[in-house]
Amino acid sequence: MKEYQTITEISGPLVYAEVDEAIGYDEIVEIETAQGETLRGQVLESSEGVVAIQVFEGTSGIDQNASVRFLGETMKMPVTEDLLGRVLDGSGRPIDDGPEIVPEERQDIVGAAINPYSREYPEEFIETGVSAIDGMNTLVRGQKLPIFSSSGQPHSQLAMQIARQASVPEEEEDGEESSEFAVIFGAMGITQEEANEFMDDFERTGALERSVVFMNLADDPAVERTVTPRMVLTTAEYLAFEKDYHVLVILTDMTNYCEALREIGAAREEVPGRRGYPGYMYTDLAQLYERAGRIQGREGSVTQIPILTMPGDDDTHPIPDLTGYITEGQIYVDPDLNSQGLQPPINVLPSLSRLMDDGIGEGLTREDHADVKDQMFAAYAEGEDLRDLVNIVGREALSELDNKYLDFADAFESEFVDQGFDQNRDIEETLSIGWDLLSMLPKDALNRIDEEFIEEYYREDDSERKVIEAAD
Amino acid sequence: MSKAESTETTTTEDGAIQSVSGPVVSARDLDARMNDVVYVGDEGLMGEVIEIEGDITTIQVYEETSGVSPGEPVENTGEPLSVDLGPGMLDSIYDGVQRPLDVLEGKMGSPYLDRGVDAPGIDLEQQWEFEPTVEVGDEVGRGDIVGVVEETVTIDHKVMVPPDALEEGETTEVTAVESGSFDVTETVAELANGTGVSMHQEWPVREARPSQNKKTPRTPLVSGQRILDGLFPIAKGGTAAIPGPFGSGKTVTQHQLAKYADADIIIYVGCGERGNEMTEVIEDFPELEDPANGNPLMARTSLIANTSNMPVAARESCIYTGITIAEFYRDMGYDVALMADSTSRWAEAMREISSRLEEMPGEEGYPAYLAARLAQFYERAGYFENVNGTEGSVSAIGAVSPPGGDFSEPVTQNTLRIVKTFWALDADLAERRHFPSINWNESYSLYKEQLDPWFQENVEEDWPEKRQWAVDILDEETELQEIVQLVGKDALPDDQQLILEIARYLREAYLQQNAFHPVDTYCPPEKTYLMLTAIQTLHDEAFDALEAGVPVEEIVDTEAAPRINRIGVQEDYEEYIEELKADIAEELRSLY
Repeated sequence: MKEYQTITEISGPLVYAEVDEAIGYDEIVEIETAQGETLRGQVLESSEGVVAIQVFEGTSGIDQNASVRFLGETMKMPVTEDLLGRVLDGSGRPIDDGPEIVPEERQDIVGAAINPYSREYPEEFIETGVSAIDGMNTLVRGQKLPIFSSSGQPHSQLAMQIARQASVPEEEEDGEESSEFAVIFGAMGITQEEANEFMDDFERTGALERSVVFMNLADDPAVERTVTPRMVLTTAEYLAFEKDYHVLVILTDMTNYCEALREIGAAREEVPGRRGYPGYMYTDLAQLYERAGRIQGREGSVTQIPILTMPGDDDTHPIPDLTGYITEGQIYVDPDLNSQGLQPPINVLPSLSRLMDDGIGEGLTREDHADVKDQMFAAYAEGEDLRDLVNIVGREALSELDNKYLDFADAFESEFVDQGFDQNRDIEETLSIGWDLLSMLPKDALNRIDEEFIEEYYREDDSERKVIEAAD
Repeated sequence: MSKAESTETTTTEDGAIQSVSGPVVSARDLDARMNDVVYVGDEGLMGEVIEIEGDITTIQVYEETSGVSPGEPVENTGEPLSVDLGPGMLDSIYDGVQRPLDVLEGKMGSPYLDRGVDAPGIDLEQQWEFEPTVEVGDEVGRGDIVGVVEETVTIDHKVMVPPDALEEGETTEVTAVESGSFDVTETVAELANGTGVSMHQEWPVREARPSQNKKTPRTPLVSGQRILDGLFPIAKGGTAAIPGPFGSGKTVTQHQLAKYADADIIIYVGCGERGNEMTEVIEDFPELEDPANGNPLMARTSLIANTSNMPVAARESCIYTGITIAEFYRDMGYDVALMADSTSRWAEAMREISSRLEEMPGEEGYPAYLAARLAQFYERAGYFENVNGTEGSVSAIGAVSPPGGDFSEPVTQNTLRIVKTFWALDADLAERRHFPSINWNESYSLYKEQLDPWFQENVEEDWPEKRQWAVDILDEETELQEIVQLVGKDALPDDQQLILEIARYLREAYLQQNAFHPVDTYCPPEKTYLMLTAIQTLHDEAFDALEAGVPVEEIVDTEAAPRINRIGVQEDYEEYIEELKADIAEELRSLY
């Protein structure tokens, strides 16, 4: 391995060095500064005689006398089942004072694309215990379902709740579920305090032993953030497809990841796309999100819940926008509902789970699930619309039916959505609440529900309500 | 285009890599023409020449380039990016450069797409039963059909004289013709000018296959979707765009078209979209029945899947791969429908490559040639008279994914300047689960008038009038809704309240359609028509009642009318609708 002392230019996170051998694109580089510090980087562009290197830890401390070593391989993640229960930094090195990790394999962190022909279509319901998700926007194994939030919202609590409660109903019955479920948590640029909250919760609930935690904190180098999710997903794929775990990956916060991409793009003087983000951001994000899924003939699955804070709560911003085009739906955390005190403050109307339709119904959840969901969406949307009108004309000016829709919308929020971050509801309970609510409306307003189900589940009077106490 | 075959062609002088940056590689001393296919590096990654400057050639590589380093060799095939055409393309799934994904899985022995593995687009060894349709001594011209093989249960594959074997208008004699079992490379007919016709042809993807002339399309591509057939029809050979923000149902609409459109052949291009979505198609289509003949849907379908995480350069080419295959079936005289989901991803792939080339960007960073490329693509659609005298069509339906759902962005705008049908998806409708969430105020079809005669002849004489009636009611509703937002519904006069009620049935029963309901998912044009007559009956009877002095509250509150909402799910709809109309009339007349 040759060492060079040939750095010609240092600019932002980038270092340019002259070389006299062929260096591979994406190869890993070590840079040793005069102070004896070793920094790591990656080849971003390789030409004859000169390479551009992106330094993960930032370029401060590097001068033209620093020596550059090319390791002759691309970035690898050491993987083993022993990673469960461990806390690593953003580059995959342990920071929990635990024993050294002896890898079983070292895998390339730039995962190859899964052949669409080899995928298995995800259609197994994951019960998160959160009604607004299970009932209205069901998550299935192998799905990627982001949480669209904004600054100051309790998206972390929601993510924790899902991580804690998520289970696959059928397997619970075998009693084997707990051994198979793993959570991989990838933090990118979050604050120490947020990180502590997550860690406390992991420790309190004993979830840590079935988790792997990657921490890139707000004061860690930004460039490192571009490798953290790849480390996370490489570990997830290994546990899922080679060790048969059902892996739930939580990535937070994707906004910080994208900022790091933009920083590198700017340093390379690339032609920017929208709002200064690089033109290849869609492809880059896709290479992360598309690593969720199931593979034919493999037991495990990778399910992703990326969290992103939308700048200005604007979902047309490039980060949520591109994410929404790649992921299979999204869950909106709504500041208005949050200020009303709803826990979790999920706005179901713009939320969506694209894989829901194949993951629910007879044999999966319950035969009336799809109809109930459709009807509740329609009724809640109707109620929402009427709220604007009520502000102008008052309730008295509305018809009896319209008033019922208004009551439905209120009850939907207070009974169905607002369940608290600690309550775990199974799907039966969620649907029962749904019928309790729908029975506030007259039967012939339930035009999206099959007559058979109305016959079976409609509460003719308040005393039949299963969950919600009859109003006085 | 496969490496296995191209080794026979003389490779021109090879070069060496000079620099690597993502999918863009430049090479020194490569003697290549623009758009030649090259194999890059020790692993032989497939790429295409996109720029030549002095002795530096710039190449876009269709595979991941990690670990590729300067100095590695670049081998030129001397041929442009081409597809293999022949029997076996249906019931297949390809990546963006026509590598069959099922074969790749076998060759790689892994569910992941490794690099440097190649496979021909069609199986070169499979035997097909060739039946000649010409005899020795017959005169044939370019593109003429010499025989038939049964490609799938649904489709007879016509074996044609390659269009470049003869000059336009020139004919030549058939000197020998075979019959029996052959693989695609074997000669099945010989022509006097020395051409040996086999089932296999190659065609460069960026070049349109020749045709005699383009005609005005006059037959609708019936989709079984009420809002499309009823209000905004597309013609066989027409072009359509489906723009919409994420979550508004672009993909479901495309899937519905792929399943139920009455085309002979469907080419479905998943361009930069989700892996799981393609898997759904791969799993669903073999199980679904072709509504025309009950055969498996895959028997008329060819899939091209270049998902968002697959190499970006192959995403750029997948649209061309798709349309070239479509043109080949068109030449046989078939009606082909091509769905591209999504053209925005294709445009972004162009943008990404353009920015790596440091080209001067146009609007929003897209290359200045964006409009030209989009126009070229849609221009390859149409209703054609083929060079062999048959008639065939290629309909192109492109989904567009505008950032933030803003239709003023360059891809949507440039697409709208070309296409003649516009199905605008609407996030508000999607949010209230009104599906398909096609906005009836914004959408349009410029084919309406030229397709009316077909509907009049094949469905009902007053089809255009019925459609206009529905459009008028919906327009009136839109205006009234603005007032309702201010003063509430009850403040409107009775007749206007009634219009709102009728419009509600149009929206909920007619415009909404449940793609996941086994019956409602496909609605034949006759049912579409009859459903409108049922709503019109309600309208007429209700207004008669109103004139007779019945209060509007009573008219709205009838037993029969809500049954309109269930027409969609009725299998025996004719009987149901007849009965319903009678009940509506009876009930409303009993009020006065």
